[in-house]
Amino acid sequence: MKKIVLMGNPNVGKSVVFSRLTGANVIVSNYPGTTVDFSKGKMRLGKEGHEIIDAPGTYSLEPSNKAEEVALEMFGQADLIINVADATNLERNLYLTLQILEQKKPVILALNMWDEARHTGISIDIKKLEYDLQIPVVPTVALSGEGICDLIGRIDEARSPEKIEPMNESDRWIKIGEIIRNVQQVTHRHHTLRDWISEASIRPLTGFPIALAVIVAALWLVTFIGETLISYIFGPLFTLYTPIAMGISTWLGPGFLQELLIGKLIDGQIDYIQSMGLLTTGIYVPFAMVLPYIIAFYSVLAVFEDSGYLPRLATLTDTIFHRFGMHGFGIIPVFLGLGCNVPGVLAARSLETKKQRFIAATLIAISVPCMAKNAMVFGILGSYGTGYIILVFATLFLVFVISGLILNRIIKGDSPEICLEIPPYRKPDTLTVLKKTWMRIRWFLQEAIPFLFLGVLLINLLYAVGFVEWLGGIFAPVIQGWFGLPKEATTALLVGFLRKDLAVGMLLPLGMSPVQLVIATTLLTIYFPCVGTFAVMFKELGIRDMIKATAFMAGTALVVGGMMRFVLLGI
Amino acid sequence: MEKPVTYLETGKNAVIIRLEGGYLFRKKMGAMGIREQKTIRLVAKYPFHGPVVVEVDGREMTIGRRMAEHVIIGDPE
Repeated sequence: MKKIVLMGNPNVGKSVVFSRLTGANVIVSNYPGTTVDFSKGKMRLGKEGHEIIDAPGTYSLEPSNKAEEVALEMFGQADLIINVADATNLERNLYLTLQILEQKKPVILALNMWDEARHTGISIDIKKLEYDLQIPVVPTVALSGEGICDLIGRIDEARSPEKIEPMNESDRWIKIGEIIRNVQQVTHRHHTLRDWISEASIRPLTGFPIALAVIVAALWLVTFIGETLISYIFGPLFTLYTPIAMGISTWLGPGFLQELLIGKLIDGQIDYIQSMGLLTTGIYVPFAMVLPYIIAFYSVLAVFEDSGYLPRLATLTDTIFHRFGMHGFGIIPVFLGLGCNVPGVLAARSLETKKQRFIAATLIAISVPCMAKNAMVFGILGSYGTGYIILVFATLFLVFVISGLILNRIIKGDSPEICLEIPPYRKPDTLTVLKKTWMRIRWFLQEAIPFLFLGVLLINLLYAVGFVEWLGGIFAPVIQGWFGLPKEATTALLVGFLRKDLAVGMLLPLGMSPVQLVIATTLLTIYFPCVGTFAVMFKELGIRDMIKATAFMAGTALVVGGMMRFVLLGI
Repeated sequence: MEKPVTYLETGKNAVIIRLEGGYLFRKKMGAMGIREQKTIRLVAKYPFHGPVVVEVDGREMTIGRRMAEHVIIGDPE
């Protein structure tokens, strides 16, 4: 079995080529750096099966960040390289191509975005290019699938040219210049509407109002889609389910199993938020409260990513993100973290230095509310009015800014400047968007739901053995004395460690005032992320940095909680 | 006259004369298409020492202000 590796610059549609070749589900994006986690798939050529790997995008074989290191590693293991290049930007893409060819591995070149090159007035003589590079060259349009069959058919023609010897950087550019003059012709084109929109959205004066409008529209869209899904799909489903759950409850009769599966009945009825049974709250919270918004969020995000807007947003926010020790690219992990913190922390990988990665991961864990946290905030405070909800989010925003400023000061290390390609706006492909959204939702279901069940189960068990009472007693001085909350709120904090959204049902019956609830929910969002986020922080940052981040979180929670108590409760 | 690309007026073009800096910097810029003899256009410049957006060969990219200050251009066209 051969190892075939796809290599190419960021943004050339490499992942789309990959998914065309394998039919596998991979995440594809219009901004550099997404594919840090490489994807693997299987592919059949004639009778033989091959392993095919999608390496992260890279500009050269001398890595300048983690993603590029991964790419180089993949390159080392490859038996055959499919080099994907952007036909609209051949000159720059050829740099990597030449470096690959110098390494004497069999190579085939896919000239992707062939249609776009034609539209922009670029014509490339394939025959001449094949002659110059001495490898097969296949024009492709991965989004529509054009040329992919050709590419597969010619993979066995891949070879390593004898004429190209290792050379230094300037010789490489000279060689590229020769090739370009020989094979490429560019007819000048006029500025189009797309160029005009592109410039307006990246100049500061027009860019900021546009960004604001875009974000407000996106939030509105997420809320609208989420609410629609709840009122027409998930809500009615649970209305149908209630009699079944009640039936099970009656059939089980009072006892431990009823406690565990159905939970407490409130006025003889199931209360999906407060009952805390595996088959009631354990199903309702993830499916009817969080999932609809996860679906809404990730579909809107996918459209965003594939349109090419995110690099522009990164440019706009660069100046401010520098104050937080990151650069504009940091907005991308933060954005992903708004859906679920876990992929957010994972995406922090694409930042160049340890300092940047640490700050991004810590800030996400502390102050970026994921959909589960949002569900909790809305679930608890929704009935008291929007003002209280805004209070929570305003506090989180302040915590983000202040923590960022502090972390930038106290964390040693470099924060290099931004260096980011701005891809042209592209119309998102419906199929790719749906595929990507589905991948992320499936991932959420697989990773997050087990924790939720586990959470409900564990809480019920810990309650039964009296552990929760005992822990509540220990933390009572902090909870009561410092935060001004009833000591039973400890349970909610404990549950929140497993799943934030479950804590709603624990806080509601305590009869706290709205202001106390504001403090409790804010604390629940910042004190610790959920177990899942902890696990990836451990994996990404290592044990020492994770402990550092944890200490910072605990400190922040203490300070913020205490201050909120003084400001809001006045004692 | 030679000066950094940051002096260019928004929307104007000039030819890159040289990149001031070490091998790594020149390589990084080169890989993104910012090289000697190329025509560069200033698309946007952010206040408070923020980043600069430039266009080379029809591709836009955002680079930090310090990097941009090391990209030296000739007279604007």
